[in-house]
Amino acid sequence: MRIFGIKLPNMTSLILWGLLWELLGQMEVSFFLPPLTSIFSTLLEIYHTKAFIRALVETAQAFLGGITSAVVIGIPVGIFMGKNRFIDELLLPWVNMFMSAPLTALVPVLMVLFGFGLKSIIITTTLFAIWIIILNTRAGVMQINRSLVDMANSFGASPTEAFFKIYFWAALPEIISGIRIGFIRAVKGVIIGQLLISIVGFGSLFELYSSRFLMSHFWAVILVLFALAFTLSELLAMLAKRFDYYASKRG
Amino acid sequence: MITRSLTLKLLSAFLIFGAWEISSRAGINYAFPTFLESMSALFDMTVSGLIFKAYAETLKPLVVGVLISTFIGVGIGVWVGLSEKFDWLVSPIFIIMQSAPLAALIPLIIMAYGIGLTSKTFVVCIMAMPVIVLNTSCAVKNTPSSLIEMSRSFLASEREVILKIIIPSASPVIFAGLRLGVSAGFIGAILAELKITPTGVGDIISYSRMTADYPSMYAAIFSIIVLAVIFLNVLERIEKYLFAGNDKGYIS
Amino acid sequence: MNSNQNAVSVKGIYKNYGDVEALRDMTLDFPKGQLTSLLGPSGCGKTTLLKIIAGLLPATKGEVYVNDQLVTTPGPDRAFVFQDFALMPWASVIRNVAFGLELRNVNKSEREDIAKKYINQVGLGGFENSFPHELSGGMRQRVGLARALSVDSPVLLMDEPFSAVDEQTRRKFQEDLLDLVKNENKTFIFVTHSIEEAVYVSDQIAILLPRPSRVSEIIRPSGFRNKDADSIRKDSEYLDTVEGIWKSLRSYVE
Repeated sequence: MRIFGIKLPNMTSLILWGLLWELLGQMEVSFFLPPLTSIFSTLLEIYHTKAFIRALVETAQAFLGGITSAVVIGIPVGIFMGKNRFIDELLLPWVNMFMSAPLTALVPVLMVLFGFGLKSIIITTTLFAIWIIILNTRAGVMQINRSLVDMANSFGASPTEAFFKIYFWAALPEIISGIRIGFIRAVKGVIIGQLLISIVGFGSLFELYSSRFLMSHFWAVILVLFALAFTLSELLAMLAKRFDYYASKRG
Repeated sequence: MITRSLTLKLLSAFLIFGAWEISSRAGINYAFPTFLESMSALFDMTVSGLIFKAYAETLKPLVVGVLISTFIGVGIGVWVGLSEKFDWLVSPIFIIMQSAPLAALIPLIIMAYGIGLTSKTFVVCIMAMPVIVLNTSCAVKNTPSSLIEMSRSFLASEREVILKIIIPSASPVIFAGLRLGVSAGFIGAILAELKITPTGVGDIISYSRMTADYPSMYAAIFSIIVLAVIFLNVLERIEKYLFAGNDKGYIS
Repeated sequence: MNSNQNAVSVKGIYKNYGDVEALRDMTLDFPKGQLTSLLGPSGCGKTTLLKIIAGLLPATKGEVYVNDQLVTTPGPDRAFVFQDFALMPWASVIRNVAFGLELRNVNKSEREDIAKKYINQVGLGGFENSFPHELSGGMRQRVGLARALSVDSPVLLMDEPFSAVDEQTRRKFQEDLLDLVKNENKTFIFVTHSIEEAVYVSDQIAILLPRPSRVSEIIRPSGFRNKDADSIRKDSEYLDTVEGIWKSLRSYVE
C-alpha cells in the first residue's frame, strides 16, 4: 500500500495491530488480553528462567530430532519412488493418505507405544513433516531430464554415483521446497505433540500458566513461539528462492 | 477388469496390514493389538452403533467450524484480493497464522470459552481459516489480466467484472483452499476432542486408552483417518469434475 | 482525406510509463470500411496504441476519435479480438460468444440466437456447447472472433490475433479475414509483427518504429487487392512490398 506516494513495506500493518492490542489491553477490555507492553516485560522476566529455557531446549531437541529423521528418511524414499515405478505404485497411496490424514489422531497411539516423553514427540514431528518431503522429492526426481541420466550412464557412473551426483542435485529445488513446507508442518507437529502429551516442553509450561491464569506469561510464550515459527518459515523461503534460478534454467 | 494400479493398491494394503498383523503377533508391545483384533473391534462398534453416535458428536464442531471459516474466509480473501489497502492491513495476520503452531492457543481458548462446543468450533476455525483466506486472495489477485481487459472492452461494470470474471476464474483455487481448510479442520476437531473434553471419537480413543482396550482405540483412530481421507478424496474428485479445463482459471 | 471518411483518428498520442516513453506524438487515420495494419518490431508500441484506441489504457496526452466522437473508455463502437483469445474456461462456446451481448443486457434467447449465427459464420456450428479446453488453438480464436462480431461494432480491433495458432491455420484465417473485410462493412485495425501477413491482408499499413515509437511510413498496397486469395501471394507487387518493408525494418532487428 502507498501513503503519500511512499510504499509501505509488507507486514508494517502489524505495528498498527500491536498498537490496537496495547490500547485494548490498557482499556482492560478482557482479562484474556493483557497489554502488549506488560507481555513484553513479562517476557524479559521469564526468558532466562530455568523453566523457560528447559521448555525451549526440549522443544528444539524434539523439533531437530523429528525434522532430521524426516529429511534423512524422506529424501531417499522420495528418490526411490521417483526412480522406480513399482515402489512408487506400492507406496504412493499410503504417502498420499498420510499427507491428508488428521495425524493428531495418531498421537495417543504413539503415547501408548513409546511413552510420555521425548521419543513420542519426535515421532509426531517426523510424521507431520515427512510426507510432503517424500512427495516433493519424488516430484523433483520425476521431472529430471532423461538425457541427464543417460549422460551419467554414458560416462560410466555407478548407481550410487548416479544417486548422489545426479538425482539428488537435479531434484534439489523441489527437495528444498519440500523441506520448507516440512519444517512448517514440523513446528505445528511438535507443539501438538507437546500439548497432547503435556508434560514436556512448552506443553507443560502452558499447563502451568493456564492453571494459574498467568495471562501475560502465557502470551509471552505464544509470541515467542509464533515469532520463531515465522522467522524460520521466512528464512527457508529465502533459501528456497535462491534455488529458483536452478529450476527455471533447466530444460 | 482388474487393472495394474488396483492390483498394486491391494497388494500394498495387504503387505502393510500383513506387516501390522505379524509384528503385533510377534509381541513387540503389549499396547499393539493385531490388525484383525482392531478390525473386529471396529465391526463391534459399527454393529452397536457406538461409532455413529461418536461421529455425530465429532462432526458437529467440524461442520460448523468449516462452514463459518468458509463464509468468513472466502469473504475476507476476496476483499484482500481486490483491495490493496485491506491486503496490507490483514494479510500479515493470516500469513503469520499460516506458519504458526496455532494449537498453542488451545489452552487460552479453553480459558476463554470453556470446554463446550464453542471452544471446539473455534479451534476448527483458527486451523481452517488461514489457508482459505490466503488461497482465495491469491486466486483473486492472479485473475488473468487479459480476461479482465476482455470484459472491460465489452463494457462490463466493476460489479460485473467481479461477479462474472474474477470470482469464476478464482473458484478452482478457492475450492482447493477449502479442501485444505477441511483437512486442517479435521486436525483441529480431533485435537479439540483429545485436548479439550473427550467427546465423540476422541472419547472412544481416550476411554479405551485408559481401560487398556487397545483394539477399540486403534479401531477408532483407524476409522477417523479413513473417514478423513475418503472425504478429502471425494472433495478432490468433485473439484476435478467441476473445474475440468479450468484448473488455471484460464485458457490460451 | 476528409475526416468523416475516417472511422478512427488518433491525434498526438503520448504514452509514458514512469520515465519510459512508449509512444510519442502518434497521429494516424483509419479509413472507414478498410483494414489498417499496425506493423513493427516488438517494443514499437503497436499493442499499446491499439489498447489506447480500445480505451483499455489511458493515453498520457492526445485524443482518440471514433466516428468523430472523442473516446477515452471502451464503448459499443469498438470490439476487441485478443492475442491469447481471452476465453472464459468455465463458460461454453455459446456463452463466450454471447458474453458481449450478456454485458449489454440483451435477453438470453435473443443473444443466443445472435451468437449462433456468428458461431456458424466462423465455422464452429455444432460446437455451441463445447468448452474452450476441448477446442484447438485455431478454433478458440474463431470463438474470440465470433464474440467480437456478435456485438456488431463498426470497428474491430485485432491484437496479433493469429500469432498463437499454427502456420496452416494462420493462412486460412488470413484468407477468411479478407472475405470478412469485403463482406462486412466494418473498419479493422490489425496489429501484427509479420510483414507478409500485413501486406497480405491490409488496405493500409502503418509501419511503426521503436525508441521512441513513431509512424515511419504509411503504405497502401492496391494492385493486388482485388485478386483472389491464391494469386496474391505470387503477385509481384505483393512480393516487392514485402521486400521493401523488410529493407526498411531490418536495421531495427537486433
